[in-house]
Amino acid sequence: MATVELKSEVTGAVWKIKMQAGDAVAEGDIVMIMESMKMEIPVIAEEDGTLKQLIVKEGEPVTEGQAVAILEI
Amino acid sequence: MFDRVIVANRGAVAARVLRALNAMRIHSIAVYSEADAGAPYLGLASETHAIGAAPPRESYLNQDTLLEIFRRSRADAMHPGYGFLSENAGFATRVESAGTRFIGPAPRWIETMGHKTRARALAHEHGLPVGSGSDILPADKDIVAAAARRIGFPVLVKPAAGGGGIGMLPAYDEGQLAEAVERARSMAERGFANAEVYLEKLLQRPRHIEFQVLGDRFGSVRHLFERDCSVQRRHQKVIEEAPAPLLERKLIEGLADSVAAILQKMGYDNIGTVEMLMGADGSFSFLEMNTRLQVEHGVTEEVTGVDLVQAQIRSAAGERLTAILPEYIELKGHAIQARVYAEDPKRFFPSPGNLKVYRSPVDPSVRIETGYAEGRNVTPHYDPLLAKVIVHAPTREAAIARLCDALEAFAIEGVKHNIPALLKILRSAPFREGQVHTDIVAEVMS
Repeated sequence: MATVELKSEVTGAVWKIKMQAGDAVAEGDIVMIMESMKMEIPVIAEEDGTLKQLIVKEGEPVTEGQAVAILEI
Repeated sequence: MFDRVIVANRGAVAARVLRALNAMRIHSIAVYSEADAGAPYLGLASETHAIGAAPPRESYLNQDTLLEIFRRSRADAMHPGYGFLSENAGFATRVESAGTRFIGPAPRWIETMGHKTRARALAHEHGLPVGSGSDILPADKDIVAAAARRIGFPVLVKPAAGGGGIGMLPAYDEGQLAEAVERARSMAERGFANAEVYLEKLLQRPRHIEFQVLGDRFGSVRHLFERDCSVQRRHQKVIEEAPAPLLERKLIEGLADSVAAILQKMGYDNIGTVEMLMGADGSFSFLEMNTRLQVEHGVTEEVTGVDLVQAQIRSAAGERLTAILPEYIELKGHAIQARVYAEDPKRFFPSPGNLKVYRSPVDPSVRIETGYAEGRNVTPHYDPLLAKVIVHAPTREAAIARLCDALEAFAIEGVKHNIPALLKILRSAPFREGQVHTDIVAEVMS
């Protein structure tokens, strides 16, 4: 099974994680929501698959391009 | 007049208010979070106080700490700037009860106008045109759907206690309504600690036109003309100008006169802005009133010659409008402001980081309001505004050309910025022709 990394598009912090490891994920699903400069920016699954691992926790700071979750496709 | 004034804000607006205080020879006091320690504008203040960690809740929104600093610094008045606690009636009341004058309107105004459906009702009651909308939405989905059908799709779901474009979501049909309401409630609860939302008719390609007013504590209110702030992304303004292009002066000044007359009748007593939407049919409808200094006040200052921050402070100190403002306020030339944000120029996602290079144009005819300097960090904790670039010229065409030159002269490295997008908009045919509306950014950028 191939895996892909989901990356944060912004530098900020993890506001809310919407899914758990093991969840089935469809393309377009919001896996988690980042917060930066008063904005909420979702991290969206680009393919169908299973959420294998969450790399970050709620409240944790992230940088742009940082991997935040691993999806098994 | 006040002796010692504290500025409870940061960045470009803190710099702007400190400059006004210095010009008035008032002892100026600044506060700063850990992230803002060493910020360039703090050098303008007569004294500075640390107020806590970078997250706003621990510093710029921490009422107890701020009140303690006001007391310790013996400030006799406090300027709230915009954002943060500037429209928090409870805080304004606490400040005044502690014996410090809140530089803004009486707290009851903040409370009334801060609640959008109450403000709409009050505006309607006093004869301002108000667009169709709902009351606060109840939990019952059928009642929500019925309210939307009565207004007619598309509708906009808006937080009642909102501001800054946060939590405003469109619904184009009944299928989108429930989710938009739910998401808006969640964002409203989080952003404003109040989950109340309501519906407004979503106008297609309206113009955003607002009227600048100033009142005193003796029952007088005057207007300082209008601004056009139609150029927006995510319901937040990016380019603002005065006067509004392509409008008949007699019509718009007549409306400005009636806005001022209504606020005078209501007893409004400091600086404020009445925001309206102008539909494609030319009709105006009340949107909201901001009971504070606006981010875009500079364009009005340029075309009227009135220093609005000094005027606001003098009004709060108990001076009369007749002493503060010239008898006739003349509209001279055209002014445009562009907001330079640390965000990517395509999707407008924020881009915090270190300003490895930050150089702004040195042309004295270009006014730049900023809280940053080269080497400073743009943190994810605050609004991504890097600088406001304001130009004033005899004509709108000349102002656009000057603003483009100024934006091109910026050198920014280390964060992404929206200058390419600003230039694209300013150079687009619809903007140059004055055909502005709130969807122009999306249309020009697509």
